[in-house]
Amino acid sequence: MSFSATEPSIRTKWFAGLLVIGYAIVTLIPLLWIIATGFKSPADSIAYPPVVVFEPTLEGYVNLFTDRTRATEQMLDDAGPPTTWYEQIARDRGTVISGPSRYSERFLNSVIIGFGSTALCMILGTMAAYAFSRFKVPLKDDLLFFILSTRMMPPIAVAIPIFLMFRNLGLNDTHLGMILLYTAVNLSLSVWLLKGFIDEIPVEYEEAALIDGYTRFQAFYKVVLPQAATGIASTAIFCLIFAWNEYAFAVLLTSGNAQTAPPFIPTIIGVSGKDWPAVAAGATIFLVPVMVFTILLRKHLLRGITFGAVRK
Amino acid sequence: MTVSPIKKVAQATPVPMARRIRGLSDRTIAWIFVAPTIFLLLTVNIFPLIWTIRLSFTNFRVNRPNNDVEWIGLRNYERILTDPGIWSTMQATAHFLIWTIVLQVLIGFTLAFLINKKFKGNDLWTTIIVFPMMLSPAVVGNFWTFLYQPQIGLFNYVIAFFTGADPASFSMIGDVNLAPWAIVIADTWMWTPFVMLICLAGLRSIPDSIYEAAECDRASKWRQFWTITIPMALPFLMLAVLFRGIENFKMFDLVVQLTGGGPGNTTTLTSIDLKREAFERWRTGYSSAYAVILFVTVFGLASIYVKALNKVKER
Repeated sequence: MSFSATEPSIRTKWFAGLLVIGYAIVTLIPLLWIIATGFKSPADSIAYPPVVVFEPTLEGYVNLFTDRTRATEQMLDDAGPPTTWYEQIARDRGTVISGPSRYSERFLNSVIIGFGSTALCMILGTMAAYAFSRFKVPLKDDLLFFILSTRMMPPIAVAIPIFLMFRNLGLNDTHLGMILLYTAVNLSLSVWLLKGFIDEIPVEYEEAALIDGYTRFQAFYKVVLPQAATGIASTAIFCLIFAWNEYAFAVLLTSGNAQTAPPFIPTIIGVSGKDWPAVAAGATIFLVPVMVFTILLRKHLLRGITFGAVRK
Repeated sequence: MTVSPIKKVAQATPVPMARRIRGLSDRTIAWIFVAPTIFLLLTVNIFPLIWTIRLSFTNFRVNRPNNDVEWIGLRNYERILTDPGIWSTMQATAHFLIWTIVLQVLIGFTLAFLINKKFKGNDLWTTIIVFPMMLSPAVVGNFWTFLYQPQIGLFNYVIAFFTGADPASFSMIGDVNLAPWAIVIADTWMWTPFVMLICLAGLRSIPDSIYEAAECDRASKWRQFWTITIPMALPFLMLAVLFRGIENFKMFDLVVQLTGGGPGNTTTLTSIDLKREAFERWRTGYSSAYAVILFVTVFGLASIYVKALNKVKER
């Protein structure tokens, strides 16, 4: 083993490792608690002292996806024996399922608006970033700064006129309106990030392609796009996560038709009072995809969260 | 003397034809590529901003579209700046801003320093620590109200376990004195990884050779930390503070779900106050002026800060 002045000693490493792992475990507890609560029965979820070991049940998930009404003995007898496992769970609580809840609709809205705005944002963002990276655009620095400064505004501040504008255009509470809005909000981030990624691709590749007789468009999509694929993919995930998590615009500009999951999840209420297992189940389904994306993104995280200011 | 056949063909090709083969000029392509982005940003970002500024000089109310809209000059601005309620909002915001930044910088830098000791598996643990900041603040904030419940909440139980207090005796989000700290704790839990990641990049950017030179000069570890590590990581640390500052000045989703601004007005941050004025009391003109004041404040503070940051970088 070679000695180096800068290599920390084994003991230092152990000590540092233990502290960091300790912090990581503490920070994970709220997240694990969300996942665990989703599988608890209502009684277990509000037990004192809080229970760590419990009998898992899918009641929270059943309650999340269904609307139920309290049933009298008479109604239960009339309805006949439960035909499915989820009906059985509802019957055990003295309720009957009256229909599906709105959660799946809201979740689908999140998917449509998230992916729609990400796709649009990537198309526009890649083109703009390429132009900023390769051509002399007049007032380039001013334009880039202007694009960045749009991110400094509190969302509520611009929500007032956007609300008025959308109302006049009939875009309030529509998928198209939300897709356009999130695209505009995300464009600043994606142009900055993508410009950084495209700057790193040597210009010589395109020049070679141009000499070989490619047009600019061909050089753009046959040479630059494949080279920037990783950068585009990670930028897209960032845009998707933003649109997925966004709350302020969603709560102000949507109420029913195009409402996404973040404003909806906190409003989930059970037959009697707040149904925490159902809320936790809804949160789990909503949060776990983002955790998976975070793992995929880990190499480019830093760049994304700092607008490309820190590249590592 | 032979001219290559390719050149001969090239010279013989008429100019318009050549242009068609080569495609559009670079200038045209640049404009085609940039125009949609600029257009969308103008309509969804800049146009509303100009509209906000215009509305801020009027007494317009969205819920009364039939009333005459009067031009009232600077009256809205005057009323906001002389309203004592605004200053309590500003105080709540300042408390939140200062404490979240202090805690996140301290914890975040310490974590980055420890991770930079390169123990086995540090990549894996870094990714795990990053999870909270990638999640939806509204959904997570909503769940924190469950953790903060007196008696049944996990947070109260843990605190009670270590201090011996009765877990039902205090309510983090119901108590006037505790609520400002409840939002600081939740925000710190969520955003410390952000500061950590940036600090980690800063620490990793310091070349080993500087430490080796210091080691040769018999500088103590303590001395190395204060004269090498801190000054060289400082621009990164300041960048992290800038980002957190802007983000937390705009803070809305996490806090509105956690406390909704209560109890009383103790956690009414500026964004929450603005939302109430604009979308609950529907004082559109007034809240537009409020929005302009906030925007100017953020923009002004950020510009001053960026100048300071550039000075530190130049050193």
